[in-house]
Amino acid sequence: MDLSALNPADLAFSLIVAATPLLFAALGELVVEKSGVLNLGVEGMMILGAIGGFATAHGSGSLALAALAGAAAGALLAALFALMTQYLMSNQVATGLALTLFGLGVAALAGQGYAGQTLQVSARLDIPGLTDVPVIGRLLFGHDPLVYLSLAATALVWWFLNRSRAGLILRAVGENHEAAHAIGYPVRLVRVSAILFGGAMAGLGGAYLAVVQTPLWVEGMTAGRGWIALAIVVFAAWRPWRALLGAYVFGGVTIIQLNLQALGVAIESQYLSMAPYLVTILVLVVISADRARARLDAPACLGKPFYASS
Amino acid sequence: MLELVARKEASRFMLWLTPALAVILTMLSGLALFALLGKDPFEAVRVIFVEPLLDPFSRTELLVKGAPLVLIAIGLSFGFRAGIWNIGAEGQFTIGALTAGAVALAFWNVEGIWLLPLMALAGAAGGAAWAMIPAWLRIRFNANEILVSLMLVYVAELLLSAMVGGPLRDPDGFNFPESRMFHDSATLPIIIEGSRAHVGALAALGAVVIAYVLLHRHLFGFQVRLFGQAPRAARFAGFREARLVAACLGLSGALAGLAGMFEASGPVGQLVPALPSGYGFTAIIVAFLGRLHPVGILLAGAVMALTYIGGETAQMAMNLPAAAINVFQGMLLFFLLGIDVLVNYRIRLRRAL
Repeated sequence: MDLSALNPADLAFSLIVAATPLLFAALGELVVEKSGVLNLGVEGMMILGAIGGFATAHGSGSLALAALAGAAAGALLAALFALMTQYLMSNQVATGLALTLFGLGVAALAGQGYAGQTLQVSARLDIPGLTDVPVIGRLLFGHDPLVYLSLAATALVWWFLNRSRAGLILRAVGENHEAAHAIGYPVRLVRVSAILFGGAMAGLGGAYLAVVQTPLWVEGMTAGRGWIALAIVVFAAWRPWRALLGAYVFGGVTIIQLNLQALGVAIESQYLSMAPYLVTILVLVVISADRARARLDAPACLGKPFYASS
Repeated sequence: MLELVARKEASRFMLWLTPALAVILTMLSGLALFALLGKDPFEAVRVIFVEPLLDPFSRTELLVKGAPLVLIAIGLSFGFRAGIWNIGAEGQFTIGALTAGAVALAFWNVEGIWLLPLMALAGAAGGAAWAMIPAWLRIRFNANEILVSLMLVYVAELLLSAMVGGPLRDPDGFNFPESRMFHDSATLPIIIEGSRAHVGALAALGAVVIAYVLLHRHLFGFQVRLFGQAPRAARFAGFREARLVAACLGLSGALAGLAGMFEASGPVGQLVPALPSGYGFTAIIVAFLGRLHPVGILLAGAVMALTYIGGETAQMAMNLPAAAINVFQGMLLFFLLGIDVLVNYRIRLRRAL
């Protein structure tokens, strides 16, 4: 095995690319869960965003339009979840599963004509002088705008949850919906907005995956990333900056196993491909083991339905 | 304006009417979906829902597709009732097929009537063991069983792929990632001459009966229902949650593993990477559609099997994409969950103020 073939700067670059879809999806779900709603349909919203973004980029060649289309597709599916869980009072776990199954089906149907097709959309920053700085130039200034958007979104979500009045209301709704309702906050409206935001972010992550990370349409290409994003939210203890850390750790695991496969390590590729899933399990175990801590971190009304009798 | 009013008690009438309503609504939306795809909608519904019932071979295929769905859904229904969410049945199915297949291949040149029971045992044990991973991690480390069981689906599929590409590969198979074909002693007996319907269908029926008895006539069923409806009362009564988690996950894993064994030694007849075909996920829909009740699951499994077979026919006859059936099944679950609201709420017309 020739490790010198690996370039640390390249590795770090691809790590960021691999982490970005996870970061978008995890940030969205984090806000949803903070409002007390558990949406297990991230995988479905992500794959719908992926095909929405891919088809748009294929037609227009524009990354911005693809990102918008992906977010819209994700939000559309999330609207269905909001209708079901907030107005028709359906079980959140079951509805989330339905969202995933349905999203995978719709995406496969919509993506038939694109199977195996590739994309050439490049919108990487190129600032003369800065991007050319050896090693760190490309790493800091050479990404596409969505990478910077994901970082900005992390900061914004943090600011929103911890420093804004609306964020405080959202957290109140997630911690105790009865009390929030009694004070007069619109519990349902807050939750529906959060669900739509979560859907848009998951869709955006999916679009990034299909347009930038692996610009190629394959059925079921999210391959469990939506579920990993859910695990990242648990790992992050519902804190945005820790979600960033979590996404980058998983991005790193993905990149390391891919590079080991490319280097032809004497391990069957299937065993290496298991790494992200096994790491997810390991992380969940480590984070959840402290029961008291885990209970404190989780929003108190997570997954509980709210029915206002008056 | 319409408003929802909570019922004092769940409506039993609605409880059984809503699944039928959901099927009808799905069919209506299906008409729209097929029209959207540019196919004759009525022709599509006829091909998917009526044709399989008229053709004798398709009727026996209902048993082939329905058996694994019912078997897995029965197992899942216990956990779902108790609020234990095993959604990794697809992985347990895969491991069951793998362990049973490994037994079949280990005795590749030995004939004997003991082989199939041994394979069934291995399949059930493999599936149960795979399900015990999320069970143990939840009991010991409080890890969410939804995420763990789902992650293990991907691991199981990769493991199967590694195995049929490595240790279990057919030595005379020109390096194709496939095992040898199982010989006669390791292939399930056919119950209807000239079809692929195998004894797995009988096992699924047996599971329905046993599940009914367990659920309604046994302390275990009472514990499951109590934990689902009043967890604190159950703990107060001294029922141990850890034991219930292990039992529910173990049971669903064993049944999913058994279904995997049936699939490998029945219609497929060997181990291939594409063996897991989504039964484990569709079974979740079957469990809900059947109201988590054994008899309901049997009916729901038949409906779902019908969409599978009709979908395959429609693929060939009408050039309908395979994914359309997944959309169809997803829609069914949505409608079911959506109109479930009628079970616990009444709709009241409120006059504008």
